[in-house]
Amino acid sequence: MEASVTLKKLKERFPGSILETHSHRGDDTAVVKKEDILKICTFLRDDESLLYNFMMDVTAVDYIGKEPRFEVVYHLYSLRYNRRFRVKAGVPESDCSIDSIVSIWVSANWFEREAFDMYGIQFKGHPELRRILLYEGFEGHPLRKDYPIKKRQPLIGPMN
Amino acid sequence: MGVEIQRAGVSPDSLKNLTDSEDSGHLLEGSVILTKLESIVNWSRKYSFFLYPFVTACCGMEFMSVAGPKYDLDRFGAALPRFSPRQADLLMVVGTISHKQAPILVKVYNQMTEPKWVFAFGVCAVSGGFYDNYATVQGIDTLIPVDVYVPGCPPRPEMVIDGLLKLQEKVAKEKWSDWPKGASPVSKC
Ligand code: SF4
Repeated sequence: MEASVTLKKLKERFPGSILETHSHRGDDTAVVKKEDILKICTFLRDDESLLYNFMMDVTAVDYIGKEPRFEVVYHLYSLRYNRRFRVKAGVPESDCSIDSIVSIWVSANWFEREAFDMYGIQFKGHPELRRILLYEGFEGHPLRKDYPIKKRQPLIGPMN
Repeated sequence: MGVEIQRAGVSPDSLKNLTDSEDSGHLLEGSVILTKLESIVNWSRKYSFFLYPFVTACCGMEFMSVAGPKYDLDRFGAALPRFSPRQADLLMVVGTISHKQAPILVKVYNQMTEPKWVFAFGVCAVSGGFYDNYATVQGIDTLIPVDVYVPGCPPRPEMVIDGLLKLQEKVAKEKWSDWPKGASPVSKC
């Protein structure tokens, strides 16, 4: 399948960084080591036969109880070749950080802030890593699975 | 065919609620009525609400429907939405209020001149509704005083109209001494 070009190239180029790949129903996915995320993303953007120039989404998943607990997920699109690609990187709770990819795709800025806001994942090298949807003063990260469901932290009030 | 000039009188029946005190009455066949100043002021207030639509979510569609020609809130004197809180006296809180929005709602409430009333439109405004989570205010009465609660997701136009009539009843019974109520107790802004 033509779409697997990406996976083939990635495996050739970074044999030690790719932990797992699959192409379920044509969706190419690579699980990579978080230390190598910058290298891999730069390659995906710049390689002449890939040119993933559109960073569509950065988000995270909390697999509580598993190791690594978090997974940061990147969705990429190549306008030149009309291809999509998904990159995932596991982030353990003990070292809850990953390199920011804002230097590669500027559009990652707000997505990374959102993932930080909701999951508390630190994006190292992000130009301005602060909350984007919630307010300053909010304690905790509400999309973490261990955030108490009944926890309330109102910005003002309540009066009763 | 001559033009018949009718005396612009008001039938005594329609003024019943104006003349509720013992010493009130009609003089000169209803051309003159005696009432309390408080009653007539309340009577005029209750038929001329100026709404401030604080519309934040899906209930807004239902608000548009009930304010539009089909259900026609204008029949009850509550038609003209004012988009400045300083020109409005009925704060319609229509939709979900998040904690981040709460200071804005309180500010709008405090900016309205008295007398003013608050209408919680939809279950989200009433109690947070099914948004029992980190982001949603669990009822706007935790922020500002509320006069009428209309639950429903969204409430049917009949319920809204019923709520408005209930508010009119409430306004009719108010006293001078009820005002001013002052700023919301939670206001920091
Ligand atoms: S009460 Fe229902 S319709 Fe109204 S804002 Fe809430 S969710 Fe939307």
